[in-house]
Amino acid sequence: MGLKSTLHNLKEKYKGTKMAPAFNAIHTFLYLPNETTHNGTHIKVADDLKRTMNIVIMAMIPCLIFGMFNAGYQHFAALGTPVEFLSWDAFYIGLIKVLPLVIVSYGVGLAIEFLFAVIKKHEVEEGYLVTGMLVPLIVPIDTPLWMLAVAVAFGVVIGKEVFGGTGMNILNPALTIRAFLFFAYPTWMSGDKVWVHGAVERDQMIAAGEKLDAISGETILGSLAQGKEAGYELMDMFYGFIPGSVGETSTLLILLGGLFLIFTKIGSWRIMLSSVIGALTMGLIFNGLVNADIISEGSKFYGLMSTTYWHHLLIGGFAFGTVFMATDPVTASQTNKGKWIYGFLIGFLSIMIRVFNPAYPEGVMLAILLMNVFAPTIDHYVVQGNVKKRMKRFKVKNA
Amino acid sequence: MGLLSKKDANLILDPLADNNPITIQVLGICSALAITAELKASLVMAISVIFVLGLGNVVISLMRNIIPSKIRIIVQLIVVATLVIIVDLVLKAFAYELSKTLSVFVGLIITNCIIMGRFEAFALGNGPWKSFLDGIGNALGYGVILIIVGFFRELLGSGTLFGIPVLGDPIAKTGLYSIGYENNGFMIMPPMALIVVGIIIWVQRSRNKALIED
Repeated sequence: MGLKSTLHNLKEKYKGTKMAPAFNAIHTFLYLPNETTHNGTHIKVADDLKRTMNIVIMAMIPCLIFGMFNAGYQHFAALGTPVEFLSWDAFYIGLIKVLPLVIVSYGVGLAIEFLFAVIKKHEVEEGYLVTGMLVPLIVPIDTPLWMLAVAVAFGVVIGKEVFGGTGMNILNPALTIRAFLFFAYPTWMSGDKVWVHGAVERDQMIAAGEKLDAISGETILGSLAQGKEAGYELMDMFYGFIPGSVGETSTLLILLGGLFLIFTKIGSWRIMLSSVIGALTMGLIFNGLVNADIISEGSKFYGLMSTTYWHHLLIGGFAFGTVFMATDPVTASQTNKGKWIYGFLIGFLSIMIRVFNPAYPEGVMLAILLMNVFAPTIDHYVVQGNVKKRMKRFKVKNA
Repeated sequence: MGLLSKKDANLILDPLADNNPITIQVLGICSALAITAELKASLVMAISVIFVLGLGNVVISLMRNIIPSKIRIIVQLIVVATLVIIVDLVLKAFAYELSKTLSVFVGLIITNCIIMGRFEAFALGNGPWKSFLDGIGNALGYGVILIIVGFFRELLGSGTLFGIPVLGDPIAKTGLYSIGYENNGFMIMPPMALIVVGIIIWVQRSRNKALIED
């Protein structure tokens, strides 16, 4: 008996019982169900929610693998014993640090999804598949696993399930989880110690009296916010050989993932493009302020304001947020015109928050969450505008 | 309850659960968010509101037939302001540190919608004994929520209850902290109070479906 028929039998056996949604989910996740509908006209399409989700996950896999290599690479570089980037040593550190993050993220998140499906007696929703992969990519490498578990539970329940589950949420669940971590445990989410594996541990050893050098793993944004030099080559920023959250450092791979999403028509190119335009606009305004001597070198904003406008695209989580999280079809604007406005404001606000609030150098998270809240309002006015336009045309025609 | 008739008892018991001023009528949210980071402050706030609302309801009820309806809001404000000033001065005299924690929020009891709401909706139309029970009941309902929210926020946010460490010492790393536990800084912030109140509302309404509005 093959796996498919085993699953099918299991499903039949539990039909009508409390646990039925759970078995249904496992069955349909792997295979197309055998049963067909018997009445009404139905259109059968291959790109259901699960396939959509899987394509997004495929687009993120390169970032995940790269993140594993980078974790080890940054770790050894900070220890003063650099290794080759594409080496087993580097990958091994990354693997044993990143894999638990992935497992906890999926384990806790899916457990809650299954629990709610059983309580609410509906089918398990696939919404968590992408969130579960996003979460490990946007947290620092040394995030304690229990904190991640608490944050995932909070994000899935408060960010999504209370609103009615997948498709009904106002905020992007992955960013809700990150925001929760950020505000609840700021010492693990910001500063110059958390971005490189081993830095926190080393700090504790020094505090305990051992004679070792402290490891610093300041992110580029962090350095710039304090008015220091970035300390990395431009190409390093582009390829991603820099400290940062697990999977968001490589702009190149994110760009490829973005192109893949656009090519498969899963991600909205309007949002990605307008967000980049928004970021460049804000960057140019700040550069202009510096050039016009309105902001002098003494200002606390000087470090980030004088950063060449397009460098902002390469540093921090801007690229990752724009490609993988701003384009979330549930929380983004639905109308085409709305998408332009939504994306533009995300880019614009990201850079603004980055510059004006050195305490939260990662502006893209807050910008996307804020625009998530406004997306329905934007849509409302776009639709109303369209209605008005057509009413006018209708009146002219019938006058 | 032998002491009270069933109707009178309901005046106290209803606001505690199925007609709770915070979770059902969604009144008095402002202070519930602002001062519940500590259990002690929640408790003092609850007691203050019980005092003000219980007494205020009686005073308004006694005067209900002589207050011209055009200026009733002003009269109500004077009554509640007088009572709040008494509370404020008592706190300053006997619990100065605490009155600093509560800061303007004692004064803001005046604008607490629950109080004006009960004056308008109940005390103006009922006798003093019933009004007293109604005031005590609603203030208790308010206080219960405040204390539940304060309990979770102080326990998870600071690891203490009434200022006494219950989860160990975060600096010396004892108790729970020795295995890596950390306080949740988000709990101290007002947004989390809103979420905790939201969770209480959620739990209450999923236990009693009759409370769900369309």
